[in-house]
Amino acid sequence: MPSLKDLRNRIASVKATQKITKAMQMVAAAKLRRAQEAAEAARPYSERMGAVLANITQAVGGGGDAPALMTGTGKDDVHLLVVCTAERGLCGGFNSQIARLARDHIRKLLSAGKQVKIICVGKKGYDILRRDYASLIIDRVDLREVRTLSFVNADAIAKKVIGLFNDGQFDVCTLFYSNFKSVISQIPTAQQIIPAAAVEGAGEASNGAAVYEYEPEPGEILSDLIPRNIAVQIFRALLENAAGEMGAKMSAMDNATRNAGDMINRLSITYNRQRQAQITKELIEIISGAEAL
Amino acid sequence: MAKAFKFELVSPERLLVSEEVESVVIPGAEGEMTVMAEHAPVMTTIKPGVVTVKPASGNIQRFVVFGGFADILPSGCTLLAESAVAVEDIDRAEIARRIQEAREDIADAKDDASRTKAEQFLHQLTTLEGAILPA
Repeated sequence: MPSLKDLRNRIASVKATQKITKAMQMVAAAKLRRAQEAAEAARPYSERMGAVLANITQAVGGGGDAPALMTGTGKDDVHLLVVCTAERGLCGGFNSQIARLARDHIRKLLSAGKQVKIICVGKKGYDILRRDYASLIIDRVDLREVRTLSFVNADAIAKKVIGLFNDGQFDVCTLFYSNFKSVISQIPTAQQIIPAAAVEGAGEASNGAAVYEYEPEPGEILSDLIPRNIAVQIFRALLENAAGEMGAKMSAMDNATRNAGDMINRLSITYNRQRQAQITKELIEIISGAEAL
Repeated sequence: MAKAFKFELVSPERLLVSEEVESVVIPGAEGEMTVMAEHAPVMTTIKPGVVTVKPASGNIQRFVVFGGFADILPSGCTLLAESAVAVEDIDRAEIARRIQEAREDIADAKDDASRTKAEQFLHQLTTLEGAILPA
């Protein structure tokens, strides 16, 4: 049975923890808003990019001059997985969900006899995947120092990926990230970026009636466009991740705060009961002492 | 008064401009071009340079863009820039950094084709620096 003093100390320490988790929750809420705004602001670009890409692929018509980034190498022996996770923990199952999806994927590929290479973006995913697949990780990108994500960060990753592709290091590239659906729901997603999975809606290019003039040639524009599109996809994934991380952190910290509250309640009841028992005991001692006289 | 059309300038980070404009000057890959309403559909890549926007009402705005492309339709024009900054906000160090990078690219270039490309890019950057930053 813990003494009254022990209980008092426990309550004080749980209260301190509660204050911390509460503060973290509020910080996450504020950051979430900013991350959400950033994700929203980036949306027009990727949408228009998609539309333009659809238009131009139609114009090129899958002809022989489509760049390799789009058509692929014609093989799928070596897979590159770009796994994007958060830099920090304390956000519930956020990181492990992405890692689990990636791990399932890796297992499937390996059992199919494919070769797998991994690039980790973010520290947490690296920590998790390192345990099982340390030999497959060829590179990691640290975004810890980055305060606000900008396109430059995504572009650097894209350049790395494209460089590897041009060196013939892999055939298929898949991007793993968490799709931010709402504050309480983030869906880990795998998205193939090389070769570009058939551009959605390519068939129904809205302004298909317009016959474009291209300057320079469509093929040339396309070879400029595709790498940029990959960078945009990565950028979008990073932004979604940032928003998702904050959402997950917010709900995890909310839970922690509530748990701490429950714990404080339970401890205070025990504390009060024990204090009362002690008072009663002292009274009995005094009274029975007086009676004995 | 020229007819107005819809112009949008988008960078990956955000939508910079979305309004009715009279004309836009775009630094196309094969020369500058002015886009006005009812322009024939053109798709072009752009090189680093200055985009001048003349809105239907209000003052002329100028933006520095670093590469990207433009999608021009009779009804409107969308400019997807790799990065875009208003001329007033441009940072001298930023351009210097890009020039430095371009120089490194030239040094790293493995074959003639990529070296020529990098040299072209550097040239465009230095022209841009001269144009907007009277030393």
